[in-house]
Amino acid sequence: MGINYLYQEYEVSRNMDRCINCRVCERQCANEVHSFDKDKNIMRSDDVNCVNCHRCVALCPTRALKIVKTDHTFKENANWRGSIINEIYKQAESGAVLLSSMGNPNNYPVYFDKILLNASQVTNPSIDPLREPMETKVFLGSKPKSIQRDKDGRLINNLSCGIELSVPIMFSAMSYGSISYNAHESLARAAKEAGILYNTGEGGLHKDFYQYGSNTIVQVASGRFGVYKDYLEAGAAIEIKMGQGAKPGIGGHLPGAKIVGDISKTRMVPEGSDAISPAPHHDIYSIEDLRQLVYSLKETTNYKKPVIVKIAAVHNVAAIASGIARSGADIIAIDGFRGGTGAAPTRIRDNVGIPIELALASVDQRLRDEGIRDNVSIVVGGSIRNSSDIVKAIALGADCVYIGTAALLALGCHLCRSCQTGKCNWGIATQSPELVKRLNPDIGFKRLVNLVGAWEHEIKEMMGGMGINSIESLKGNRLMLRGVGLSEKELQILGIKHAGE
Amino acid sequence: MLKEGQIRIPSGCAISGIFSKSGKRVSGESIIKSIATMHDRSNGLGGGFAAYGIYPEYKDYYALHVFYDGDTSQEECEKFLERHFDIINLSKIPTRKTPRITDAPLIWRYFVTPLPTKLAESQLDEKEFTARCVMKINMGIDGAYVFSSGKNMGVFKAVGYPEDVGEFYKLEEYSGYCWTAHGRYPTNTPGWWGGAHPFALLDYSVVHNGEISSYDANRRTIEMYGYKCTLQTDTEVITYIIDYLNRKIGLSLEEISGVVAAPFWQVINSMPKEENEKYTYLRNVFSSLLITGPFSILVGFEGGMMALNDRLKLRSMVIGEKDDMVYAASEECAIRVIEENLDRVWSPKGGEAVIATLNRGVI
Repeated sequence: MGINYLYQEYEVSRNMDRCINCRVCERQCANEVHSFDKDKNIMRSDDVNCVNCHRCVALCPTRALKIVKTDHTFKENANWRGSIINEIYKQAESGAVLLSSMGNPNNYPVYFDKILLNASQVTNPSIDPLREPMETKVFLGSKPKSIQRDKDGRLINNLSCGIELSVPIMFSAMSYGSISYNAHESLARAAKEAGILYNTGEGGLHKDFYQYGSNTIVQVASGRFGVYKDYLEAGAAIEIKMGQGAKPGIGGHLPGAKIVGDISKTRMVPEGSDAISPAPHHDIYSIEDLRQLVYSLKETTNYKKPVIVKIAAVHNVAAIASGIARSGADIIAIDGFRGGTGAAPTRIRDNVGIPIELALASVDQRLRDEGIRDNVSIVVGGSIRNSSDIVKAIALGADCVYIGTAALLALGCHLCRSCQTGKCNWGIATQSPELVKRLNPDIGFKRLVNLVGAWEHEIKEMMGGMGINSIESLKGNRLMLRGVGLSEKELQILGIKHAGE
Repeated sequence: MLKEGQIRIPSGCAISGIFSKSGKRVSGESIIKSIATMHDRSNGLGGGFAAYGIYPEYKDYYALHVFYDGDTSQEECEKFLERHFDIINLSKIPTRKTPRITDAPLIWRYFVTPLPTKLAESQLDEKEFTARCVMKINMGIDGAYVFSSGKNMGVFKAVGYPEDVGEFYKLEEYSGYCWTAHGRYPTNTPGWWGGAHPFALLDYSVVHNGEISSYDANRRTIEMYGYKCTLQTDTEVITYIIDYLNRKIGLSLEEISGVVAAPFWQVINSMPKEENEKYTYLRNVFSSLLITGPFSILVGFEGGMMALNDRLKLRSMVIGEKDDMVYAASEECAIRVIEENLDRVWSPKGGEAVIATLNRGVI
């Protein structure tokens, strides 16, 4: 056996005075960190396998456990940081591409944290959402350019099909396969209960979940897994996934080992074969090809389903969005570089794409400059962390947001960023039956509904403070925003003023 | 200090309106008396009037009222007008010296009609052609500002208390079937005449009391449709929204009130099917033109006047009726002072449009 160059990042700290040797931690840890030493009659830990997911900590009945960052260190070096050195050791050992999960964790600017909201004082009144109606309903989809009347002069409904949401929040695409059956059930039921939509991702739609169709976005991605007529007709909308914020320009790969049972059936991929989503759609090499796919899907579904085109926020996102807005799509979804993933090459996740705040601001402005903002609605994700991020995103110009990571956190995810191992102790990013059953959909769906409801309350409070009683008056209302500590250029791109101006 | 248009200035206000359904033309004295009653609602930093039916002898021509900073801007603007319009008549607008109105710009009036060749070349209709020319002058000619551009109507405004503005413009010498008035209470001001209200485009004029919270959402939307909000005032954006929805899209004023002061969903949900579908459609299609925050507005247009409050009625507004006359004002006293014995007086609900139009066959 060669030398082990790596020292574990985390250490399990066990308070021996509290530990009662109940062995819950041992049973709960799929990474086999904990074990019972019969000879000494104590619990032991093998820290090397710990991913810091807090499952053992949360379930320890005597609160004997905590996970601490190791203080073991390399010689301090601002350039060759410990994490960088360790990655080289790993790659020198394996010869492989580094993989990571969830969103980019690095220290790039978070523009949402540098934007502040307005409130009414004196010249107009703030509105109390507990006393007055405060409206958060939104419609997504393209708007007609003119009105039509019947022979009696009544307005004819000439709207193309769209999406109605009780709050401008949707659960973003996470496939059955990347997350568990129970996680999907929780999302689907929560979407129905909250009056919003969830998204199948590229994993097809399990037959059990067709009943939630009116709250479902069905995704068509480059692998076309699980796509057939009934699937397209099952959902409230169809999303063409062109890109993902966590890995722009990269496809997906679900290993054959995970293509078993229902996942195989739902994806329509034979058991045991790898499900590989190519980096591009091989029938879309340019914008005119996208238009054909948009209309193919519309033809297939009799123009009854709005089509969303999801792209990753990359450098020329505004020009790309402008093309999409003229392609027949009804909605553009933009995924920022901090968006989550079940697995992505680390270098891609951490270095490709741009912040969603800047992408959103430039897309919204560009579509307005070109007079085509009404052609499409804009949905943004990657990453929306709380209700104030939502309010800021909408004031920058979004119609709605996608939340993925936040939804998983509500289900118990602790952001240990080890989804790619398939050993999620919280029953979310795993297909192992004994782990999946840890996530109870009856509880999971309620926690998601709670989260959406809590955010709705907060959005209403913030809107009321600004004297706005309907969310459509917040959309693109950039005067309600001020930047702090931002450069002239950043303010210009965001289209906002600096605090104090 | 930044001028109006370079900075957004919130203001409180008083508004008043008089309308004769039979088309009876009344002089400006009554409206001055009415708005003067609400003296304390303004602070002397802006007042103005819109009057309809005042130019019957020139009723087929656009009446352009223009402020000039000096001779240079006037020369440049008149050259522009000559290139685009047939100028039927031009004159200084008559004013009276009063110590309470100072720093007056040059104030001119032109009765014009678009040159047929220019109009044909532009492939626009007459109103759109005229509106675009007005915007071109206001944006492109430094020191020139067209503040009134409708037919058989005119706006008169200045920095000062409204009653003094009325005296300054000799409004007792004009008579119209509709008058609206405005007294302004800006929280700060550079004291620019163009910033006073009413704000007008073609024959639409708006006087407004309030501060809308949806301003930038509305502005960024309406600018996408070819308007340019140079003043950054609520009144300007509201005028453009009404012009867009009425003249360009073809919505009725009642439908427009369902867009800008839309009923709440809980109200829409309890409406009969047809109404429900109508208001849902309007709120969906024109969602970005919903106006929130306090406002009471009087919209003057050819042959009519509309009074409208925000959906929560966060600003006072009272309507009075006497025979063929309809009155609207921020306070009841401003109506009672000119008509003591009203047939009916009431406060319309938030979002409930009160629309008065000329009786059939009048004018």
